[in-house]
Amino acid sequence: MIIQPVLVVAAALFSLGIYGILVRRNAVMVLLSIELILNSVNINFIMFDTMLADTMMQGQIFTIFIITIAAAEVGIGLAIVLMLFRNRQTANINEFDLMKW
Amino acid sequence: MEIFEIVIYFILLGLLSTSIRVVTTSNVIHAAISLVFTLALTAVLFLMLSTEFVALVLVLVYIGAVIVLFLFGIMITRAPLGKNAELDNDKNKKLGALISGSIFFLFSYILINGFDGEVVITSGSSTELLGEILLSRFVFPFELVSFVLLAALIGGITLARKDEALIEEDQV
Repeated sequence: MIIQPVLVVAAALFSLGIYGILVRRNAVMVLLSIELILNSVNINFIMFDTMLADTMMQGQIFTIFIITIAAAEVGIGLAIVLMLFRNRQTANINEFDLMKW
Repeated sequence: MEIFEIVIYFILLGLLSTSIRVVTTSNVIHAAISLVFTLALTAVLFLMLSTEFVALVLVLVYIGAVIVLFLFGIMITRAPLGKNAELDNDKNKKLGALISGSIFFLFSYILINGFDGEVVITSGSSTELLGEILLSRFVFPFELVSFVLLAALIGGITLARKDEALIEEDQV
């Protein structure tokens, strides 16, 4: 089985995640798009791991690490969004302009 | 092997359509549910590539925990459930499509020209070997990642909770 179609679909997931980050207005939706990007990276890691048939299985191990870091990132991110919602009564990222100039 | 490839192509098609739905739907709950389908199809793809432990971790951690957290976040921040035309920033749509489209074409050009490999599917479980490698060669990063997760969860709790003592002293 050739690997290019899977890699192209992973690139498509990555760019769709970028599109979601740029376009979405709700902060939770932005975090959702970041998950799409991490998922595309996972697909690439697993694909190259199976292609190279690495005896150390580094692709799979790094995928597990990425999944763990993604869980940590979602926990922190949602806590920050909740904090902002409590202070500003909105989850709209256009309203969070305290650090803009 | 022919039927295997057909199934893989169907999974890739499903991945594309569900992930497009994640970023284009105007309903926040539908976006989260579409992400569930995207992750489930990814897990099926991993299973077909005989990396079953990663597929199980994906289902348990992502679909079991992260999506539930997202649904909580959507409900708590009182995002308007149902269709919501205000969800997308229309001003950014053209620019976003341009940037993401150029990233997609650049990546696919590089990936198509740079890598031409064949995947040989080996049947059989690799979980036992994976566990041995994870706890011997990669034991230091493993412990480091678990520490990062612990720190992140404590930080999340500290950020999200109301500090009653500070509120009473008017320090917040």
